[in-house]
This record gives sequence, structure tokens and C-alpha cells, in this order.
Amino acid sequence: MTSDGRWDEWADVRRLVPDVLGVLVRRHGRFDECEDAVQEALVAASVQWPVEGRPDSPKAWLLTVAARRLANRRRSDTARRHREERDAVLASASSGDPAPSDDDALTLLFLCCHPALSPTAQAALTLRAVAGLTTAEIARAYLVPEATMAQRISRAKQRIRDAGATFALPPASERSERLRVVLEVLYLLFNEGYTAMSGPALLRPDLTAEAIRLAREVHRIVPVDGEVAGLLALMLLVDARRPARTGLDGTLVPLAEQDRSLWDRTAIAEGVALVTASLTTTRLGPYQLQAAIAALHDEAPTATETDWSQIVALYRLLERMAPGPTVTLNRAVAEAMVHGPQAGLDLLATVRIDERVSGAHRFGSVRAHLLEMAGDMAEAGEAYRRAARQTSSIPERRHLLARAARLEASERAP
Amino acid sequence: MKFMLLIYGNEENFSAMPPAEFEQLVRETDALNRQLLEAGELVGAYGVADPLNAMVVQVGDAGTTVTDGPYAEVKEFLASFTIVDCDSLERAVEIAALNPAARYVGVEIRPLMHEASLEM
Repeated sequence: MTSDGRWDEWADVRRLVPDVLGVLVRRHGRFDECEDAVQEALVAASVQWPVEGRPDSPKAWLLTVAARRLANRRRSDTARRHREERDAVLASASSGDPAPSDDDALTLLFLCCHPALSPTAQAALTLRAVAGLTTAEIARAYLVPEATMAQRISRAKQRIRDAGATFALPPASERSERLRVVLEVLYLLFNEGYTAMSGPALLRPDLTAEAIRLAREVHRIVPVDGEVAGLLALMLLVDARRPARTGLDGTLVPLAEQDRSLWDRTAIAEGVALVTASLTTTRLGPYQLQAAIAALHDEAPTATETDWSQIVALYRLLERMAPGPTVTLNRAVAEAMVHGPQAGLDLLATVRIDERVSGAHRFGSVRAHLLEMAGDMAEAGEAYRRAARQTSSIPERRHLLARAARLEASERAP
Repeated sequence: MKFMLLIYGNEENFSAMPPAEFEQLVRETDALNRQLLEAGELVGAYGVADPLNAMVVQVGDAGTTVTDGPYAEVKEFLASFTIVDCDSLERAVEIAALNPAARYVGVEIRPLMHEASLEM
């Protein structure tokens, strides 16, 4: 359904999925079975609608077909029914009172991002049950066989069932912690999509757009949460640079060298407004700080006009609030821009990185960059080459090797 | 994250293995693959045919030539490989350790290159 370019039209249909699923679970219980039934209805729609035309009420159609599938499934499998009765059922606690669908959407997200699941499982299930992607589409997005993705999703649902989760909002005391997990999953989806540089774009769903859409939805439902607003702002502010991020040949263009006229001004304005509002009205958090940093980059007319001292201040705050090697690496770059490359290198010397962990090349590439700034071209070239060997990202390797080659060429030049 | 788990072997250590032990190894491997598939972590698992069947394709000025595997004298050969998609390197190490071949010849882990990159 995406290969012929009708993705946008279909997106409207996918938007109905959490709604349909919410109604079905409230009526029949058993999240896992209902989710399968909705998925089957969605697949049926993708086959039938292009031929027979779109029904007057897509939502009613999906609900009817999903309910029928669910009934068939239950009739045909009595053994399962017995097991079901024994199991703790994922039924709604209430007597089928139709709750507002905002609650359903949020409940679904909490369920899909259940802490008993691994991040990849949370992401896969969220894409199917909340974003309404088919298993085949999710498999394409992750470049794995459909059977693998189907298993990943079914295992995730089994885990949720085993954990005894119910289709109800978590108690208020747990809600903010659970919301953090939801935000992590959405950020993971965003990065997954953002970093997928090439490949048959038409065939691969745009996970970045999905993540932004879902973050927007969560922000609409929980507008008072500053970190939700912060994450949405961060996504918008980073995604705004996408058109300038790769050259015509697909190579990475670093922030400082990007053609800023290509940046999406509308997205930047929205992101800036969101983060400004949340910084002044809600409790500060890591996503808001990262969004504020992204906003400073996006608002600088040229790379040289970037307000680095403000960025240093924000990174220092972020490091206190959410310490980690990545934050320190980024701060090292910012410190170098304000206090000179040696300040950055001194800070790097305090970071201990296990050479084998993924992301170790980030340390090497930052160090190479700072050495280059310091004018130590030989060391810098070597550091770029080493970082290129450490990364498992193809575009990053190309970029780092190009940097090394550029340095070596300038070394040779008189 | 995708990883390739490679198992190398040679004629000696596979043919020297008592049949019952070899069968056990195959059974354990099958069980592991099933487990990985059910967990949604298996991308693919393949045994590689004997190097006797290896061919090398080269394209030069004279066109395409196909020759029999030139590395017949090499003792170690690729016996099988598995591609997994899992959460972390730690998990890949865990999976490698579950492979019965880890008790014999060892399992090599190679992260697969991907199209992704961090924001620069």
C-alpha cells in the first residue's frame, strides 16, 4: 500500500487503529487477540479498498471486520478459550463504559511501552498497535524478514500478558515514570527513522514522521508535561535540518557546513515556540534542554554566529541532570568552541570509553575534530581513520574517511 | 542492531567428532535457532556447503571467469553463519555463547554495517 505512493492517504486510515483497538479491547477484553484482529482488518482493508473503494465509514468498517475476525478466532479455537478463562485477562476493569478515546490512546501507548519489554519490542509493538503499521511495513522499516518481526510482536504481547498488565491507565503514582518510557520509545523510533539515510524510501515507512505524529498526539493529550513538549520540540528542530543533512551523493553534511536556507522554517518556528513555552511554564528536563540546544543551532543565521556560550551553559545543566558519555562528548565540542580546542580535549581526557561499546567511534571522531581545530593535523587524521574503523555506520565511515583524506591532502599541499 | 555470528571449522574437527556428539550439536543448534526465531531475533541462519563447492567469479578484460575455490589448502573454512537482530552487543555475546559451537571452535561476532548514523 505504500509502494504506489499513496502513503499519505493511507495514513488517515492508520490513524484510526488505536481508536478501533481501544473500542474492541473494552468490548471484548484480551489486548493481544484484539490487536491481532485489528491488524487482520487493516491488512484486509489494504487489499479490498483499492479494488472495492473506500467505505463511507472506514472506522466502522475496520471495527466490524476486526470484531468478526475476533469472533471467528474464538469460535475456532476452543482450547484457547479455555486457556483464556484461566489466564488473567487483559480486560477493561470497567463494565464496558466507552471511555474517552484519548484515554484509550494513552492506555495503548503505556501498554505497548510496558517496562517488561525490551526497547526494540516496545518500538515494534507501538508501531503496530498505535501507529497502525502492518507487520510487513515494520519489517521493511527495520530490514528484517516479516516472520522475524511477527514473532517479535507476538512475543512482546505474550510478555505483556505474562506481566499481568491490564488495559487500564497505570495508577497516577506510576504514570510519570511510565510516560518517560513512552518518550524513550518515541525518541528511539525518531532516531531509527532519522538515521535511515538511503534505501528505497518509498518502500520504507517514514519512522521519523510516525514518531513526530505520535509525540504530537501525546502532547495533545498531556499538554502540561514539559518533557513531552520538549521531546516534540526536539524532534521538530532536528528534523527541520533533514533537507540539508545529506549531499547530493548521499554523504553526510556536518551541521557547520549545511546550507541553512534548506532548513524547514515552519518546523523550527513550531519547535522554538514549544520549547520556549515549556521552559517557562513546566519543570525542566533533559528533552527540553536538548530541544533548547537544538533551537540555538537552528536560530543561528550562520554556523559562526552560533551562541556557543549559551550552548555550553545548557550542556553543563544537561550533564548534571542526565549525565552520560554522549552528553560529555557534545559538551566537549561546545567548550572547545568557547574556550578553545584544548579545553575540549582536556574534558575528553576525563571520559572513559570502552573501545568495544557501540558509539565508541563518537569519542574518536570528536577527538579527531578537536585535534584538527588545534592544528594537530597528523594526529587528527589518524584519529579520524581510527574512528572510521570503529563505526558500523556506512555514511559515518565515509564521512570520517573523507575528513582524514582532506587533512592528509592539505598536509601534502605546500 | 544486526550482528553476524560466524563459525569456522576444518575437516579435522568436524569429522573427528563422534556421530552421536555431532547429532547433539545439530540438535542444539536447531533448538537455538528456533528459540531465536520465536524471540523475533533471527534474521537468518545458514550452513555453508563444503569448500569443495566453492567458486570464485572474476570480471576482467577477458570477461567473466569462474574458477573453483582457490583456497583448497586453507585449513579453516566458514562452516555456518547466523544473522541476528538484537538489542545490544551484550545480547549478541549471550546468543553466541548459547551456540554449541562455542564449546568447540568458538563463534566470531561481527557487527553488520548499517545505513544509520548519528546526528553530526
